[in-house]
Amino acid sequence: MIYDFFFKITGSNIIASIIQSLLPLFIFILPFALFAVWLERKVSAHMQDRLGPMRVGKHGWLQTIADILKLVQKEDIVPNEADKPLFNIAPVLVFVGSYAVFAAIPFSGAFIGSNIDLGIIFIIAASGFVVAGILMAGWASNNKYSLLGAMRSAAQIISYEIPTVLVVLTIIMITGTTNLFTLSEMQTGHFWNWMIFGGPNFGVAKFIFIPFMIMNFIIIYISTLAEVNRTPFDIPEAESELVSGYHTEYSGMKFAMFFLAEYANMFAVSAIVTALFFGGYQSPVGYLGNLFGAHWLIPIEQFFWFTAKGIFFVFVQMWLRWTLPRLRVDQLMTVCWKYLIPIAFVNLIIIGLITVL
Amino acid sequence: MKEYFKNAWSALFTIFIGMKVTFKHLFVPAVTIQYPDVKLQLPERERNRLYVNMDDCIGCDQCARACPVDCISIETVKGLPGEDLGKTSNGKRKALWVTKFDIDFAKCCYCQLCVFPCPTECIYMTDVYEFSEFERSNLIYDFVTLTPQEREEKKENYAKLEAEKAAAKAAAVNKPIEKQETPKP
Amino acid sequence: MALKTEEMILNMGPQHPSTHGVLRLELELEGEIIVGAKPHIGYLHRCFEKHCEAMSYPQVTPYTDRMDYLASMYNEFGYALAVEKLLGIQVPERVEYIRVIMGEFQRIASHLVAIGTYGLDIGAMTPFLYCFRDREKILSLFEQTCGARLLYNYIWVGGLSHDLHPDFLIQARDFIKYFRPKIKELNDLLTNNKIFIDRTANVGILPLDLAINYGISGPNLRASGFKWDIRKDDAYSVYNKFDFDIPVGKGTMGTVGDCWDRYYIRILEMEESLKIIEQAIEQIPEGDVTSAIPKRIKPAVGQVYSRVENPRGELGYFIISDGSVNPFRVKVKGPSFVHLGIMNELLKGYMIADVIAILGSIDIVLGEVDR
Repeated sequence: MIYDFFFKITGSNIIASIIQSLLPLFIFILPFALFAVWLERKVSAHMQDRLGPMRVGKHGWLQTIADILKLVQKEDIVPNEADKPLFNIAPVLVFVGSYAVFAAIPFSGAFIGSNIDLGIIFIIAASGFVVAGILMAGWASNNKYSLLGAMRSAAQIISYEIPTVLVVLTIIMITGTTNLFTLSEMQTGHFWNWMIFGGPNFGVAKFIFIPFMIMNFIIIYISTLAEVNRTPFDIPEAESELVSGYHTEYSGMKFAMFFLAEYANMFAVSAIVTALFFGGYQSPVGYLGNLFGAHWLIPIEQFFWFTAKGIFFVFVQMWLRWTLPRLRVDQLMTVCWKYLIPIAFVNLIIIGLITVL
Repeated sequence: MKEYFKNAWSALFTIFIGMKVTFKHLFVPAVTIQYPDVKLQLPERERNRLYVNMDDCIGCDQCARACPVDCISIETVKGLPGEDLGKTSNGKRKALWVTKFDIDFAKCCYCQLCVFPCPTECIYMTDVYEFSEFERSNLIYDFVTLTPQEREEKKENYAKLEAEKAAAKAAAVNKPIEKQETPKP
Repeated sequence: MALKTEEMILNMGPQHPSTHGVLRLELELEGEIIVGAKPHIGYLHRCFEKHCEAMSYPQVTPYTDRMDYLASMYNEFGYALAVEKLLGIQVPERVEYIRVIMGEFQRIASHLVAIGTYGLDIGAMTPFLYCFRDREKILSLFEQTCGARLLYNYIWVGGLSHDLHPDFLIQARDFIKYFRPKIKELNDLLTNNKIFIDRTANVGILPLDLAINYGISGPNLRASGFKWDIRKDDAYSVYNKFDFDIPVGKGTMGTVGDCWDRYYIRILEMEESLKIIEQAIEQIPEGDVTSAIPKRIKPAVGQVYSRVENPRGELGYFIISDGSVNPFRVKVKGPSFVHLGIMNELLKGYMIADVIAILGSIDIVLGEVDR
């Protein structure tokens, strides 16, 4: 719909698609990243009985802007022996990997960046850019500890993609589509039509699905937590461990890009989880627009619900970060390969059987 | 096999208990005090910067001797015999002019050992803690209330007195010898 | 043909966020496994023992504060007991009771720091702030009594510098009531957390015979299964009048003597300290706390060794007097110094990621190691 709107105004295919693809970046991701950093600091502060940033702006809401200004004016230090082209491209790759995902996420009934039929598969493939970026950052830093940290991070991300894909496969089996837009459309109605409560088709199968769906939700939440390097899986960026992380040698704007990419990534995976399990942009209780007969209100409401659910899951990620200690590297791998993957496989088989029967 | 499921279940369960604790703390009011807009009320026995009330100081040097880091330096000068140096607040007559009473707060360890030996309780600890300086030499506090000229004057007076005394003593020593050298008729 | 491998030397330098001070650990690695560890100390050496030879006996007390700065009351307590033994004087009973109350509060404060920073090293950042919030309450109790929060100069040879503030006992009772549920909250958040248990159980196991051979004392020895506490076995001051338990490591989550045991012993000890404080508050007599302080401390020629139970272990003072106002020699046996010596044995066979966990569980303070 938004594409048509811009097409009508400018009359040119290319300009309309450029504007449409830049919209999520400027209207959503950058303000969201600023908001998320502020939210994290406030949430962590109140969980720890303290106040967080209070002086820059009312209750510190301008603090992130102050931090970004500080980072921008810092000297851009590139180590002498570092591999300069790789060093410079690495943060860009990481950011691209996080941002490209937003193309296929349905923000509301009227706006989706690109209505690909292979939505979810595209998302999983695009997030592979992050691995390449991290490995480049670790290698190009010419620092053996950065390299070790980068390799561990790459191993972590690749291992945890497997349970993610297995859970996504179960959803695909139940609904028969990989397009996130159609998936969200399927979960219309009220909240009992959401996938976590068994899916839109009423029947015995729906109630049998519920425990498996809850288990699947937990598995995918944990694996996406590991993909974005959040505690308890934040070995790569742990400050108090012996081996420093892959972004030690970065300073200034490049470091800011890693930082913003992490928060963009956090929202991206929360968005995927909501789209898959919690009804995407559908409201749990019906639309105000329908009540008043103002049909133009509905896409705005859907956007609001989508953002609210996404921010809720981001909040849960932050909540987990400030509660749990860190896992050791080998324990991280144990959790993935010995616990998450077998359980995900068993779920896949059982749900497949139920769907077929 | 049972171990496996027990591990998985206990992991999830203990994580949820931990999350409940942190969630409850979201609603506990913060304990932070927003200094410098709000300042804490310090207790009465608080040990921060020292203060010396020079009207009561008799120059006994007890505080300087008690200090473990030698941050107090005192120089005194005896007054002239007829001079009235005043009384301390508990009625004692002062006998010494204090010409130097420096406390170096960069060295002071705020241990309070100088407060107890003072016979007139003129040195005590206040609750002032915001006294940082840019130059370390500004932390040497001079408590003497006399002006520099007055200090010089007191020192000169004493030096003169000492010189007179020494001259009188020398004269008294020399005189008997003179008497003996009077030639006999 | 076998590959020739070389051991790699890794330096956990003096500036590291997790070494609890300025400690340099030189680790010899084979791959990821540690085969040797050499601690290099001396970065915080301030010539305490040499200073004592130039100070008079009362002037040494502020210096003893600054050795183990997280448990200052106990340093002063140990020194005061040693010099009183040398002089042969007896202090009033009220002084003894107040010293015990202050010492036990200080034990709780020191254990809170140990637990908080241990959680921080493992990755849980929230319990650190909860521990410090509770510690603030103890520090304000101290501030009310003697005017300072960390380095008190309160326990003098022969008595105390001030008597208790009139509100102290009421606030102490309030604190005990406030603090008991907080221990339970700490247990929920950290002790029973599966991830924390995975990081610390079966890691850094200290066998009992090794501990005794190296001279380990305090919570580390008790965690290895041996019930030894100087407050009970070589009782000083009025500790024999109180009824309290000595917690011993049982290996509930792993083996006896692992990091989890050492950590859990500290939590149990905080509970025991609360019991002692409650009993002391009930039994405290009236009296004058400054009556026994001598005007001039000039002991007879002789020497004395006296030990107390620091929150970290056995703190010993060996004082030689030659009859003058300055001590001839003051030698301090600091428990953290002895415990650092066992790092080589304790780290063998574990991975780099465990170094932080093991170092944090022994709870050293570099001020005491280097003096």
